[in-house]
Amino acid sequence: MEQLSLFDASPRWTVTDLTRHLRQLLEGDTVLQGVWVQGEISNLSRPSSGHIYFTLKDSSASLRCVMWKTEAVRLRVGLQDGMAIEVHGNLGIYEIAGQYQLYADSLRPLGEGALFQEFLRLKAMLEADGLFDVTRKRLIPNSPRRIGIVTSPTGAALRDMLNTLRRRMPLADVTLAPVPVQGDEAPLAIQAALRNLNRIIVPDVILLARGGGSIEDLWAFNDERVVRAVSESQVPVITGVGHETDFTLADFAADLRAPTPTAAAELASSITVMELRQTLEELARILGGSMGVLFERQHNLLEGFQSGLRFYSPIRRVQTERQRLDELNRRGNTTQAYRLELTAARLKGLENRLTALSPLAVLQRGYAVVTKNKRIVTSKAQVQDGDALRVRLRDGEFDARVSGDG
Amino acid sequence: MAKNEPKPIDGLTYEEAFAELETIVAALETGDRPLEESMTLFERGQALTKRCAELLDKAELKVQVLVGESLEDFKENP
Repeated sequence: MEQLSLFDASPRWTVTDLTRHLRQLLEGDTVLQGVWVQGEISNLSRPSSGHIYFTLKDSSASLRCVMWKTEAVRLRVGLQDGMAIEVHGNLGIYEIAGQYQLYADSLRPLGEGALFQEFLRLKAMLEADGLFDVTRKRLIPNSPRRIGIVTSPTGAALRDMLNTLRRRMPLADVTLAPVPVQGDEAPLAIQAALRNLNRIIVPDVILLARGGGSIEDLWAFNDERVVRAVSESQVPVITGVGHETDFTLADFAADLRAPTPTAAAELASSITVMELRQTLEELARILGGSMGVLFERQHNLLEGFQSGLRFYSPIRRVQTERQRLDELNRRGNTTQAYRLELTAARLKGLENRLTALSPLAVLQRGYAVVTKNKRIVTSKAQVQDGDALRVRLRDGEFDARVSGDG
Repeated sequence: MAKNEPKPIDGLTYEEAFAELETIVAALETGDRPLEESMTLFERGQALTKRCAELLDKAELKVQVLVGESLEDFKENP
């Protein structure tokens, strides 16, 4: 056994301290946190605890992995040994076993990851080309009558769209440009279909749609040729590809993205036949009403004319004349008496006026006429103490003498 | 709207009939037309309303398929 120096300065560790130190090194290294690691699953174990344990390996190395129950329940893919996957997580150390391992928080089949990278690369490129610019978006007509559809002639997507249009807008004319929606020929066929609809049919709107599927199934809608054809279409394009959660690059280039084919058909029939019917009924009501108003106005006008006619009618004049005649006749019989009456009345009037002017009338009201030597006294200055006066009252005269001149 | 030569109503599409109906209603609403012209407009408006309602009632989605450069009727799989 080799002799150790008593004064060896090398640090001494407990296993625990050393392991803890290593753990801190690993967990403190940002390069090892939030990593994607590719490999193949082996030794997959899913005990009743709900956690998932497996080893990720490739041709020359292996890595222990654990995914806790909280993340494991969110997994959408079924795992099995031999499956090529990408695992995301943080590197750490399981101290009790002295084992470094990957604490996984999500994972996905390997192909998906590669496709997703490709998706992001294409998206960035086409975005830089301005294909997704909001300013490029065309307005979707409210009530398009001529609808182009680019989809598989045999898929459920077409059936769903036609049913939706039949229910909401049966006035529409649909032109289907049939295409394969997956596989190698799909992108070219879709590109050609979009171009042909634009060139030959020129519908009001185009629906580009496909039912749900894996990312590989939907891949044609990420193809650059398809995306560019969508962007170049003069006719507004509504995409309805896959399910709600699926986004393809064609969606980004489209003028409107619908979550599903059915929703795309709904967006292409935002005004339904029910609404058209209501609008029509409303117009018919106004039409009828306008005629009612018109008739009333004409009626009033006619009434005005009629009363005017009545006023100026010769019949009215005849009637007036007849009435006058009647009156004249009636009066003719009594003319003599009338004249006498009139004369009498006039005489009475004259008499009344005379009476009113007569000084005697004044006496009737209690006044007296005073005379001195037959001359009417109208002023105090005309009389002196002791003068003899004559006083006339309503019913007679008497003599009087002035006593004192007040 | 070609007022002088009104199109035969049977040949109008829904859009054409509806657009003319809207014009007529607007004209009648202002009420400044002579009675006889108004009556003519009203009668045409009624015929247009009937045409539109018929088109809505009878409407059946027309589906064609683009084959090469030409259109063919589309037979849906049952």
